[in-house]
Amino acid sequence: MGGQSDYLLKVSNVSVELANQTILDNVSFKLKRGTTLAIVGPNGAGKTTLFRVLLNLVPHTGKIVWSDHVKIGYVPQILSVKDIPISVKEFLSIRSSSNLESSLNSVGLDSRSIMNKSLSVLSGGQLRRVLIAWAIIDKPNVLLFDEPTSGVDVGGEEAIYQMLKRLTRENEIALLLITHDIHIIREYSDYMLVLNKCVTFFGESKEITNPDTQKLIFGEPVCLEREPDYG
Amino acid sequence: MLIEILIFSLLLGVFVGLSAGYVGSIMVLEKMALVGDALSHVALPGLALGLLFNFNPFLGAFAFLFGSAVVIWQLGRTTKLSFETIVGTIFTLALAIGILLVPEPDLLEALFGDITTISLVDTIIALIISIVVISLTRTIYKKTILSLISEELAISQGVKVGRINLLYLLLVSLVVAIGIKFTGTLLVGFLVVTPAAAAKTISSNMSRYFTLSAVFGAVSSFSGILLSSYLNTILYFGGWPPLPELDLVTSFLKVTALQSIPPGPLVVLIGVVIFLITIVIRRVTKFSAV
Repeated sequence: MGGQSDYLLKVSNVSVELANQTILDNVSFKLKRGTTLAIVGPNGAGKTTLFRVLLNLVPHTGKIVWSDHVKIGYVPQILSVKDIPISVKEFLSIRSSSNLESSLNSVGLDSRSIMNKSLSVLSGGQLRRVLIAWAIIDKPNVLLFDEPTSGVDVGGEEAIYQMLKRLTRENEIALLLITHDIHIIREYSDYMLVLNKCVTFFGESKEITNPDTQKLIFGEPVCLEREPDYG
Repeated sequence: MLIEILIFSLLLGVFVGLSAGYVGSIMVLEKMALVGDALSHVALPGLALGLLFNFNPFLGAFAFLFGSAVVIWQLGRTTKLSFETIVGTIFTLALAIGILLVPEPDLLEALFGDITTISLVDTIIALIISIVVISLTRTIYKKTILSLISEELAISQGVKVGRINLLYLLLVSLVVAIGIKFTGTLLVGFLVVTPAAAAKTISSNMSRYFTLSAVFGAVSSFSGILLSSYLNTILYFGGWPPLPELDLVTSFLKVTALQSIPPGPLVVLIGVVIFLITIVIRRVTKFSAV
């Protein structure tokens, strides 16, 4: 097991096949403690499937090793809350009976005014913050966010990423982030992993501005031959 | 003896109404309202076998509902078709077989219910089943709601969505089986759908929603059974008899036994009135899920 190594997660040669189609092909990477790793790639590249694999939700081959006693917070991309009568308090209490107020306050929401509101009447930004509060309620070591600002306007998006950056820094939480936004990758992540069924690039996020790197991301995929590693 | 039947009927109605409303609130959220309705028809062949071979029709109905629930659950897992699609494909078959099997004199009773044969044992069974159904539903409703919000989120929290769906279908089967006694197979689906629909119209949180669903279910059942007895009395006497000449309670019950107006349709009508009232409340108060 990983013990107290620098790495919170080690993924080795993970492949997924569904209905005779390759969804992930021999994916390997590591996640350093306290860092933010952006998962980037075109639609259908297998990003969400990779998250599902990390959560052990889909059958796969290869090896996934989380460090001992790791706590994972997860927020999926798609949620159906419009038609369900459930208050913020009831929703959070499904996960935990304590820390409700403090986790709402730490994502920038006024716990007193929002606690009894129905999830279905929240704005996109408020809903995302409640979900982040859900994810951090039991003080995880790592957060998995699948496009955490989908359905949020541009101003709200920036505010959510700033809040996420503060939370992860203050609590030494590692963040795995799926996003399409180059600005977000550059400003709010330390490393990026470009996925197109296989890993086509791994490196520091500032590389995203390099035209050669962009060609790798948006051009024809060329799979890495060796397991990616930090510097 | 007769007053006992009315008391047993009312108690059974309240127990079934409470548990059907409670369990039905998940069904409405799952958008499976038609499943509850259709599933009830599956009970008919079981009832028929009970009548033909002289064993408790409730057991036959429950066996068929239970078996169907397992088949529906398994087909849902293997074919990935929605519950509605699967239930839709088998319920008409069950109805057809049931109508062919049920002896004609008993058909009306099987379809629309009968309270004259309700015994103390039936009432105790209904009480036990209601307690079991409400308790078990309480243990799964948070997990079920989480899986409705996001199945991935639920699975990542260790929720076994498949098992919970199976348990849920079994709970619905239990409620439907006891509800058939007084509403009949055609109308029992109402009990798991309409009270929950009414509650959802004016609820912004889960606790209120589940509580109101159960209360509306109980009120509909209780009022429907009582109104059935009352109307039968009026029909019997050609109008409301002068009080001094009427031993009210006894007469009520004698004519209830005639079953001129079965309680099932009245339970449905009262439930629909409650539903309409909630819609008016929502409009008048400009209710929003604050």
